[in-house]
Amino acid sequence: MFEAVAFYLFAFLTIAMFYITVTTSQALYALTALAAGMIFISAFFFILGADFLGAVQIIVYTGAVMALYAFGMMFFDTTREVKEKKGNKFIVVGLATLAAVMVVAIFMAPIVSTNMVAFYPMIEGAGNTQTVGLVLFTKYLIPFEVAAVMLLVAMVAGIVLAGKKMDLSLTLMNAEQIKEIEDKDKKVLS
Amino acid sequence: MEISLNHYLVLSTILFAIGLVGIMRRKNLLLLFFATEILLNAVNIAFAAISHYYGDLTGQMFAFFVIAIAASELAVGLGLLIVWYKRHGNIDLDTMTSMRG
Amino acid sequence: MEKYLYIALFAPLVSSMFSALFTNTPKKQFVGIIASLLIFIAFGSSAILLSHILGGGDIVHVEMMTWMATGNLYIPFGFVVDQISVTMMMVVTTVSTIVHIYSIGYMDHDKGFNRFFAWLSAFVFSMMILVMSDNFAGLFIGWEGVGLCSWGLIGFWFHKEVATWAANEAFIMNRIADLGMLIGIFLVYWNTGSLQYDIAFPAMAHLDTSTLTWMGIFLFIGAMGKSAQFPLHTWLADAMEGPTPVSALIHAATMVTAGVYLVIRSNELYDLIPHVGLFIASLGTFVALFAASMALVNRDMKRIIAYSTLSQLGYMFAAAGLGAYWVALFHLMAHAFFKALLFLGAGNVMHAMHDELDPFKMGGLKKVMKGTWIMMTIASLALAGIFPFAGFFSKDTILEAAFAEHHFVIYSVLLFTAGLTAFYSFRLVALIFHGEERYKIFGIHPHEAYRFMLIGMSPLLILAMIAGVFQVPFFNMVEEILSAHEYHIHSHFTLFVMLVGTQIFVGLAILYAYRKYMSNKIVVPDGTSKMENSFMYKLLLNQYYIPYAYEEYVVKPYNELSSMLWEVDKKVVDASVDGIAGIFYNAGENTRDMQSGNLSTMLKWMVAGTVALLSLAVTFGLAARYSDEILAILSGLGV
Repeated sequence: MFEAVAFYLFAFLTIAMFYITVTTSQALYALTALAAGMIFISAFFFILGADFLGAVQIIVYTGAVMALYAFGMMFFDTTREVKEKKGNKFIVVGLATLAAVMVVAIFMAPIVSTNMVAFYPMIEGAGNTQTVGLVLFTKYLIPFEVAAVMLLVAMVAGIVLAGKKMDLSLTLMNAEQIKEIEDKDKKVLS
Repeated sequence: MEISLNHYLVLSTILFAIGLVGIMRRKNLLLLFFATEILLNAVNIAFAAISHYYGDLTGQMFAFFVIAIAASELAVGLGLLIVWYKRHGNIDLDTMTSMRG
Repeated sequence: MEKYLYIALFAPLVSSMFSALFTNTPKKQFVGIIASLLIFIAFGSSAILLSHILGGGDIVHVEMMTWMATGNLYIPFGFVVDQISVTMMMVVTTVSTIVHIYSIGYMDHDKGFNRFFAWLSAFVFSMMILVMSDNFAGLFIGWEGVGLCSWGLIGFWFHKEVATWAANEAFIMNRIADLGMLIGIFLVYWNTGSLQYDIAFPAMAHLDTSTLTWMGIFLFIGAMGKSAQFPLHTWLADAMEGPTPVSALIHAATMVTAGVYLVIRSNELYDLIPHVGLFIASLGTFVALFAASMALVNRDMKRIIAYSTLSQLGYMFAAAGLGAYWVALFHLMAHAFFKALLFLGAGNVMHAMHDELDPFKMGGLKKVMKGTWIMMTIASLALAGIFPFAGFFSKDTILEAAFAEHHFVIYSVLLFTAGLTAFYSFRLVALIFHGEERYKIFGIHPHEAYRFMLIGMSPLLILAMIAGVFQVPFFNMVEEILSAHEYHIHSHFTLFVMLVGTQIFVGLAILYAYRKYMSNKIVVPDGTSKMENSFMYKLLLNQYYIPYAYEEYVVKPYNELSSMLWEVDKKVVDASVDGIAGIFYNAGENTRDMQSGNLSTMLKWMVAGTVALLSLAVTFGLAARYSDEILAILSGLGV
C-alpha cells in the first residue's frame, strides 16, 4: 500500500513540476521546477529498488546538471520574459497527445512475451549497489571506460568553447610576452 | 492497489509527451534543453521499471549510461550555446535560420 | 564466289561512307574518282558473278547474319545471286559506274560535290540490297533505302524550294505505296510462315485464290508507288528537279525499275493469279498511253524524257502482267541503257544551255555538240524500237507476247503508243539539234561537254546499240527460273507483217516529227497560237490536271485536318505533359517551406513523423494480433 501511495504522490508531483517547466514564461521558474522534478524522479528510482541509480540521479542530475544550467542562466540574459511565438497550440498539444496515446496503446497490449530471460539477474541478498558494481565492472567494463573518455572529451570541449583567450598558452610564452598582454588588458579595462 | 509495470510505463509515456510538448513549443534554446532533459528522464524511469519487474539489471545499466551521456551532452551543448550567444547576442530559435533551404 | 557477292554488295557502301567523310569540305576531285572506282569494283564483281551464272554455275546463296529470331519469326540478312538478281546487278552497277564518272564532270562547279557522291553511292548500296536480298524483309530494307536516297538526291539543291517540295512529294508518295507493300508482306508472312523467297513461294501454291489475290494486289500497290504507275505517278515528273545524273540513275534505270523487279521476283505468285496479272497488264498499258500523250506537248526537256520512262515502265508492267516475265526483265535491261544515255545527253545539253530546259529555245545544236547529238539520236532510235538497236528486240517481243496471248486491245494500244514514243522522242531531238539556232536570241554560248564525260557515256551507247544480241543467251539463262516460254505466232506470215508493219509505222512517225520540227519556221511559243489554246493541248500540258486535283482535293483538306489536330496536340498532349511536370514543380515549391531552417518547426515535423510511424506500428500490431477475426469479417463481406 505504501508503494501505491508513494507512486501516485511522486507521479503527481513529477508531472506537475515538468508541466511547469514546459509552460512557464519565466526561465527561472522553469529551472527550479526542473530541479525539483529531478529529485522526484530519483524518488521513483528508490521505490523501484534501484538505490545506486537513485543516488546517481541526485548527484549528477540535480547536483551537476542543474548547477550547470544555473551557471548558464546567469550567463544569458534571462530577465527578459521568454517570448513564445504564437504557434498553433493545437498542433503541438495534439501531436504530443497522439504520440502518448499510441505508445500507451502499444504498451497496454499484452506484453510481447512472458518468457523473457533475464541476462543479468539480480542476486538475492546482495544490495543493489554491490550488484550494480559487479555487473558494471565485469560485463559493462568497456562501455564504462568509453563513457569515461567521452566525459573527458566533453569536459575539454566545454572549457575550450567557453574559455577566453584560448588560443594563447601562458605556459609556452616567456615573461615579456605575458607582461605585454597584461598591459594591453589593463589599457582596455581602464 | 498493485502497482504493475504498466503504471510505470504509462507514467513514463506521460512524461515523455510533456517533454515533446516542451521541445515543440519552446523558442528559447536554453529552455529547449530543459525539455530534452525531461525526455531523457522519462526514459530512465521506464528503463528502471522494466529492470525491476523483470529482475534484470540491464535496464539500470542503460539508465546509468543515459545519465552519463546526458551530462556530457549538456556540457558540450552549453558550451556551444555560449559561443553562439557571444556571436549573436541572443539565443532565440526563430533567429537561427541560416540553414534555410 | 561468296566474296564477289560481298564485294559487289559492300563496295558502294564503302564508297558512300568514304565520300560522307568529306561532306563539309569543299569539292575534292579524288572523292569522285575513288567513288567511281569503288562502284567500278562492284561492277567487276557483278560481271564475274554474271559469267559464273551464265556458265551454268550454282546460285550463290549466303546468309550473312541473323536479323530477327523471335518466336516463330526468323529473318536473316541473306543474299542470293540467281539469274534475276545478277541481271539487275549488272544493270545497276553498269549504269551507276557510268553515272558516277559522268557526275565528276557534271557536278564540277557544285559546292556539294562530295555530298552528292555520298548520296549517290548510298543509293547504289540500297539498290544492291534490294535486288540481292533473299527475303521480303531485306527487299523492304532496300526499298526504303532507295526511297530515302532518292529523297536526298532529288532535293539535293535544298535551297531551292521547288526541289525540296519535289523530294517530299516523291518520298511521301512512295511511303503511301509502302503501306500497301507492308500489308502485302504481312500477308505473305501470315499465310506462309516465312519471308524467305525459297520458302514462301512454294508454300503459296497451297493457298486459296482470294488470299493470293490480296497478296498480289497489295504487293503491286507497293510497286505502283515505286514505279510511278497511275495514280501515284506525279512524283516522277517533278523529280526532275534533281541533278541530271540523278535522273539518269534513279529515274531511268534503277529505282523505278524496283517495282518491276518485285513483280518479276514474285512471278510464282502472279502465275497463280492470272486475273491480277491481267489487271497489272491493263494498268501498264494505260500508263504507257497516258504518259506518252503527256510527253507529246511538253516543253521541258527532262520532263519529256521522264514521261518516256513512265511510258516504258508501263510496257514492262504490261509484259510482266501477261506472264512474260523474262521479256519484262529484258526490256528493263535494254531500257536502262538507252534511257540513261538519253538523260546523260540531256544533261550535256542542259549544261551547254546554262540550265535552260525548253527545247523551243534551243535548236541547231548539232553543229556545236556533235558527240551528244549522235548519242541522243541513237538512243532515241533504240527507244523507238528501230531494228537493229536494242529497243527493237525488247519492245517487239512485248508486242508479240500480247498478240500471241490474244490480248488484241493491249496489243493495239501498245502499238499506237510505240508510234507516239517515236514521235515525241524525235520531236525532242529535232527541236534541240536541228533547225535554226534559236538560242542565239537569248545570248547563250553552248559548248560540248568534257571529253571524259563523253567517253564515259560511250559504253552505254554501245550497249544501246548491241544489246539485242543478248536476247538469246539471256533467254537461256533465265529460262530455268522464270517459266519463260517463247512466244510463237502461229503463222510466219503474220509475224512478218507485224514486224515490218511496226517498223513502218514507227518510221513514219519519226519522219513526221522531223518534218514538223526541223523547219526554220519554228518559233518559241508564247501562248497565242491556236494550238496552244486548244482544249487538248491544255489538258495534256497540265498533265490532265491530276496534280491540280491532288493539290485541291487531297493535300489541302489534309492540311486543314493537320492544323486542327495540331491544336489538339497543343491543348491536350502538351498540356497534360506540362501538367505532370507542373505538379512535381509545385509540389517541390510548396514543400520547400519545410526547410525553413527553424529548429522548432523541424522538431514539430519530427514528432509528426514519429506519430505516423507509431500509428503504423499500432495498425500492424493490431492486424497481426487479430488477423483471424479480420479474415472472418472480410470473408463475411464477400471479399
